[in-house]
Amino acid sequence: MKPSAFDYFRPASLSEALALLAKYKDDCKILAGGQSLVPAMNFRLARPAILIDINDLGELDYIFADDNGLHIGALTRHAAFHRRVVDGPLGALLSKVARHIAHYPIRQRGTFAGSLAHADPASEWCLVATALNAAIVAKSIRGDRRISVGDFFNGTFATDLAADELLAEIHLPAMGPGWRTGFFEFSRRAGDFALGMALAALRIEDGIVREARLGVGGVADRAIRLESLEDGLVGHAASPELIDSIAREAWALVTPVGDIHASPEYRRDLIATAVRRALTEAAA
Amino acid sequence: MNWIGRSLPRLEDPSLLRGHGSYVADRIGKAASVRFVRSPLASGAITGIEIPPGATVFTGRDLSDVKPIQPILHRPDYIAIGQPVLPVDRVAFCGQAIAVVVAEDAALAEDIADQVFVDIDTTDAIVDLDTALAPGAAPVHPEAPSNVLVEGRMRTAGFDRAFADAAEIVALDLRSHRQSAAPMEGRGGLAEYDGVSGRVTLTASVQMPHMLRTGIADALGMPESELRVIAPDVGGGFGQKMSLFPEYIVLVWLARKLKRSVAWIEDRRENFTASAHGRDQAFSLRGAFAKDGRLLGLEADLRSNVGAFSCYPVTCGVEPLMALAELPGPYDLGEYGVRSRGVTTNTCMMAPYRGVSRPMLTFSMERLMEVAAKRLGIDAVEIRRRNLIGTFPHRSPTGLVYDEGSYLQAMETAVKAINLPAFRARQTALRKRNRHLGVGLSVFSERTGYGTPAYAARGMDIVPGYEIVDCTMDPSGNVVLRIGSSPHGQGLKTSLAQLVGDELGIEPQRIRVVSGDTDATPYGWGTFASRSMVIAGGASKLAAGQVAGKLKAIAAHLMEASPDDITLENGLARVSNSNRTTEIGALARAAYHQSHKFKGLSPGLHESAVYDPGGTFSNACHVAIVEVDIETGGVRIERFLVVEDAGVLINPMIVDGQIAGGVAQGIANALFEEMIYDENGNLLTASFADYLLPTSAEIPEIEITHMETVSPESVTKAKGVGEGGAIGAPAAVVNAIVDALSPFGIELFELPATPQRIREQLRKAGVSVHG
Repeated sequence: MKPSAFDYFRPASLSEALALLAKYKDDCKILAGGQSLVPAMNFRLARPAILIDINDLGELDYIFADDNGLHIGALTRHAAFHRRVVDGPLGALLSKVARHIAHYPIRQRGTFAGSLAHADPASEWCLVATALNAAIVAKSIRGDRRISVGDFFNGTFATDLAADELLAEIHLPAMGPGWRTGFFEFSRRAGDFALGMALAALRIEDGIVREARLGVGGVADRAIRLESLEDGLVGHAASPELIDSIAREAWALVTPVGDIHASPEYRRDLIATAVRRALTEAAA
Repeated sequence: MNWIGRSLPRLEDPSLLRGHGSYVADRIGKAASVRFVRSPLASGAITGIEIPPGATVFTGRDLSDVKPIQPILHRPDYIAIGQPVLPVDRVAFCGQAIAVVVAEDAALAEDIADQVFVDIDTTDAIVDLDTALAPGAAPVHPEAPSNVLVEGRMRTAGFDRAFADAAEIVALDLRSHRQSAAPMEGRGGLAEYDGVSGRVTLTASVQMPHMLRTGIADALGMPESELRVIAPDVGGGFGQKMSLFPEYIVLVWLARKLKRSVAWIEDRRENFTASAHGRDQAFSLRGAFAKDGRLLGLEADLRSNVGAFSCYPVTCGVEPLMALAELPGPYDLGEYGVRSRGVTTNTCMMAPYRGVSRPMLTFSMERLMEVAAKRLGIDAVEIRRRNLIGTFPHRSPTGLVYDEGSYLQAMETAVKAINLPAFRARQTALRKRNRHLGVGLSVFSERTGYGTPAYAARGMDIVPGYEIVDCTMDPSGNVVLRIGSSPHGQGLKTSLAQLVGDELGIEPQRIRVVSGDTDATPYGWGTFASRSMVIAGGASKLAAGQVAGKLKAIAAHLMEASPDDITLENGLARVSNSNRTTEIGALARAAYHQSHKFKGLSPGLHESAVYDPGGTFSNACHVAIVEVDIETGGVRIERFLVVEDAGVLINPMIVDGQIAGGVAQGIANALFEEMIYDENGNLLTASFADYLLPTSAEIPEIEITHMETVSPESVTKAKGVGEGGAIGAPAAVVNAIVDALSPFGIELFELPATPQRIREQLRKAGVSVHG
């Protein structure tokens, strides 16, 4: 339970970090919160030759909102979201979701960007990014690249980031006051990864859904946005009957994976329930 | 001043709570690091071991003179299997130590271990009970062609009659999946070689230091005098640390071979794969009930998966034979027919884990009572009322003698406390809002504090049971109590100090308890099986009583009174009904320095006593109230109540702590923890990410009420209480889940009752989440 030998760099600037990444590429790993990487190294499941510790890069430690939405710098910890980081439904949703992420001490270290770069399919932030159509800003010495979340996740623990790229920022689109949200997660214990979860956001005007976002996580090799079901909501009242039918469609639509904690059949049941509950909360 | 019965803060706590505890890993200093190379496969022949050049690595060939670990039961149905400390020819489970690396630090040792390549010609692994017992199954060990290592059977004379007379026969198949005790601190040992004496001191995280010394000395062919075993602060054991493991023998061998100090601190993956497991059991029961709910007879086929080897010293008979002997539990059962088998497989060894078989047998009997009650149309409380033991001493069909208990009263007290009618009204109201609450009962007996007769009855070659205690009062009137028990978190030192404080009339703070050092304590059996308060406590009381007798004789002489008129209290010896007193410290000083004055008394205050009781039964009733989410299968425990009868409580706070901790492990057993192997014998739950211990978020507050039945079978009047919480909780929780789901007609017979398993039953019952 000791990591294999590695070299360690703690760059003082972003440009220095990007230069190291360009030099070592696949031989190195970025260390931010380390809440997934360090245990994996102790189990020797990950054996990076080099760690690049970005914790001194104050220029990545930011979170701010502007007209375009919320900008989350790479060193923003999960715990930053305990309080509402922005007024309105988005800040409230993020605050609610953050409390499902592991435990208090882990939330003090782990980062939003680290969760996305790690790409665990049961990660709450990966679902948030997917359902809310985030954009990811990757930096390298070659320049900046903006990746739509739909192109970012390639599967379990796999992303579109190139070996020399650093996930520098996540951009979540703004959510006006007309939006309402719901989130439901089922896990075996408080703080565990989700066995099934759903996130719903509805913009409701005069009792009618004008825009909808619906995503599920913990079900496949990545979080999934259920756009066809979003379309089924738009233009209608979010009635219990409609929500029930959307949940049933979600049950039919997903093809869950099985593992020792949940069979595909069980996961499928959980997804239907999570969708129903998340939508019910958003519609309330 | 009476110290017994007071919730005295634990004398152990100042060091443990302030971070001044001293565990093995705190003591390793500059010792070389030891790392074991472990088998990546469950079964196969070793064809070669490749060692990186220049590395210090030893294999089974280097240790060919070391005897295998081979515990013995003197029973015709027992097959002894030897466990080589490091195997030479074949591996028997995934995680078995094959070679040992010695290096200057732990990371380097792990690097070298990664470079040791073991060639294994793999053979099909036998992993589960059904595969092992299937006709024509390959034997795990050639010595045991049927894979059965131990098999107990009995049948009472009137068995057939009971089944012929039955109005209802209830047949159930029950399953408990495998678990780990998961102590906070894993195993670990530091073996220090003394160049002058040639002695080795092994400091190890263990529950049974003397037994370890005997086992290692036997394996290495050395006299026990050349080995000292120390159990320092130990971070939990729950039975997992009471067996002799190959790693400890190898450590002592290395220290003698290399003439230097070596240390091994187990990591969590090793603890999960290669220490010990328990509770992997399948029971098939048939209960013959009369129309009025009386259980006339019970037939049981009990299978326990005991893994690849037999644990030393208690053997792989511990689960199957405990199950056979104690299945009837708190019920007055007439006729009994049973077959109980210990089955070997290519998995980690079974060893005792808090409760040993009794969580499963209580689960089984309590599910049987519930199902029978439903079939016969009798209330679940009433059917127990009609079957619980009520007259004492009670003799069970297996010959166990139950001393005075409060089986019925404990249940009635619990049922009253829960206010069943009010709960039923609330349950009905909430069901209309699609909320599903349920209540579950569990009534059980806990056999505790048993001495040599109980172990001899199993046919054990090594018969544990008694305890020896040395009690010495020094010339200042303070006491050192040397015990063979080896507490590791139970607060035993505090409880014993309270007990001895009352005997000698001094404050517990003046009593120092020495344990866990074979150079400083009398030979003893350590701490396990809910025995220490009863047995070490009994021996302590007797030894202290002898010292008190001497003090009284000296006081009588000095104050010119009769010894019968002397009382010891508040640090003083007092002549009854008078103001004449002498400080106990002054008496102690006189005992050493004026011994010529006391004719017929030996000098000093040093007494030794032995206690070897037959055993005493604690009893309890647990009640759980749960809410089940029928769409997710999730279970929330709303309330958990315990009515416990453990006799006289020496320290109620410590007793409550034992119960609460046990209940938490019982809830884990009911809902969370499960060791899962794949079909090739690879452990899939080898970390805390996959082996789910409940956290404080999942465990409710545990409400505890005590009854105090005084038993003549315990000199301290205390009964054991270490395992009861773990024994009773699974049945109560699962009965509550079944009660919650009664509108859907669902029964559960499997531990743990995971959300997935609950949801599967609901799905089968037509509770759909997709219309």
